[in-house]
Amino acid sequence: MRTLRDLFRDYRFALSFCVLCMLLALAFLTTFSPYDPTLWGVVPRDLKPSWTYFLGTSSKGQDVFWQATFAVRNSLIVSVIAGTVSRVFAVLVGMIAGYKGGGTDRVLMFISDTLLVMPLFLIIVLLAMLVRDKMNLVTLGLLLAFFGWAWDARVIRSQILSLREREFTQTAVLSGTGTLRLVLNEYMPFATPLVFSTLINNMSWEIGMEITLAILGLVNMDIPTLGTMLQWAISYQAVLLGYWWWLSTPVILSVLLFVALYWLSVSISEYLDPRTRIQRVGAE
Amino acid sequence: MAFIKRYLIPRIIQYFLVIFLGITAVFFIPRFTPSDPVERTITQLRSQGSYLDPASMDDFIADLTELYGLEGSMLQQYGAFWQRLFRGDFGVSFFQFPTPVIELIGTSLPWTLGLLLTTTFFSWTLGNIIGGVAGYFSRKGWSRALDTVAMIVRPLPYYIFAFALLLLLAYVVRWFPVSGGTSIGRKVVLNWPFIKDVLWHSFLPALSLTSLGGAVNFQTMKLIVQNVNAEDFVQYAKFGGVTEGRIVSRYVIRNAMLPQITNLALSLGQIFSGALITEIVFSYPGVGTLLYNAIVTGDYNLIMGITALSIVAITTAILVIDLLYPLFDPRVRYM
Repeated sequence: MRTLRDLFRDYRFALSFCVLCMLLALAFLTTFSPYDPTLWGVVPRDLKPSWTYFLGTSSKGQDVFWQATFAVRNSLIVSVIAGTVSRVFAVLVGMIAGYKGGGTDRVLMFISDTLLVMPLFLIIVLLAMLVRDKMNLVTLGLLLAFFGWAWDARVIRSQILSLREREFTQTAVLSGTGTLRLVLNEYMPFATPLVFSTLINNMSWEIGMEITLAILGLVNMDIPTLGTMLQWAISYQAVLLGYWWWLSTPVILSVLLFVALYWLSVSISEYLDPRTRIQRVGAE
Repeated sequence: MAFIKRYLIPRIIQYFLVIFLGITAVFFIPRFTPSDPVERTITQLRSQGSYLDPASMDDFIADLTELYGLEGSMLQQYGAFWQRLFRGDFGVSFFQFPTPVIELIGTSLPWTLGLLLTTTFFSWTLGNIIGGVAGYFSRKGWSRALDTVAMIVRPLPYYIFAFALLLLLAYVVRWFPVSGGTSIGRKVVLNWPFIKDVLWHSFLPALSLTSLGGAVNFQTMKLIVQNVNAEDFVQYAKFGGVTEGRIVSRYVIRNAMLPQITNLALSLGQIFSGALITEIVFSYPGVGTLLYNAIVTGDYNLIMGITALSIVAITTAILVIDLLYPLFDPRVRYM
């Protein structure tokens, strides 16, 4: 509880927390949606925002507001799937590399370095092109997860490297604690906040990637996400026709989402790093 | 000698290994998926209404198989693939039929390189200088204001940021051209009006790349400088009466610069994909637009060519920066 109170004293945390709660509420609103998001022509086309359709309607004959709720929900689902799965990779690789050291460490770090210097975007595009027909929220999440762990595995590894040198590790090993227990019981508590803060950054990367792939037409265009919603608006020439309500809804929602996720991660990692925390307290 | 043995050779081996793995991935990814590019091309042609009699169809299939490099066993294909790569032959494009891929890339590469190199180095220099000064005066109001702006700009993905800029500056206030690399119908001649036209058209893409890249560099540099500031030698210089301007430029920024050089190398890889997206938003005639057309038309050879070339380009850039590092930091000797 105290942690939370301390965090809320940072205006960035408070603000981003509120925005994220709002977006989550939007995502949960989908259960009350009067329309099926995949159907076209359920409402009159191209209407400006009004009391009945308060974010207007699109050229596909869909209510922009309800479409947006689904878009937020699905984008979040993709990023949560990708984020969680890639965390499992990152934690495993980081912990094994950090704890085992030696040859294992070198091989694992070589793999993650290779992923880091490659133009991953192009390789993801190549893969997405080939599984285009089978693309849904889960496959997209898994595809992104496969490429999203390398940097964070390095971060976790360096944390484990420093933990390994501490005295409690020696004590635990000498008193007969198994490797698995040592890692799970003794190291995990230290690594958890780190894993969480990398998760937020990673989710943000995945949502951005989803938008990019949607713009290239490489995801299933029938599933509303922030990316596909924007892509439909662009492909229906909403820019030239001046349908600002249709166009700006996904843009503004994504800006809010990205800024909120980033601010959340910055405020949490500043809180976790006592050095900057002291700097901040000193400045106040 | 110890430098060559302990650092240079392993580093160069790693360089070749990364290129090898990357290009191998580019080769195998399309081949391990059920969809057959030859079949796809034929279905595409059929859906456009062309008809071929069975005999010429067989010839056609054989031709396509050869063009896609799909003859023989997987291993033979793989060998042939490398042989062609060393000759700089990536096959022919299907999107613009008999034009070789390498020629298409050749015409769009100058556009991308021009935009990319300028904006990367410009945003790096600008971000570092402003970040350095803002970090040194981190308690001042303007420094905090800049920090807030960077906090908002930085998390945005290239696409969203570039698109928002385009909407604001080209549609709402109409200051800049909406798309293209030059005005429509302009011939490529090296004279002042042409150059002016190119610069005019590249302003928005460059602005989007520079502000996003600049924001990242600004933030990192500011943070590093704040840490360097706390070190004893800075205090000592202050007490010794060295002017603030001199402390910032000669002592603080120079020391904080070092980690940023590594960041430049790492960001090259990411900015490359970012630039591709930017080109698509602004319909800029570079490799990004070429790639977009290749994706839309399913032009595998072209996509493989672009990916293979960019793997080589990025890993080389990172290798060069790594090897130049001792020049910037006299303490690093790789011994």
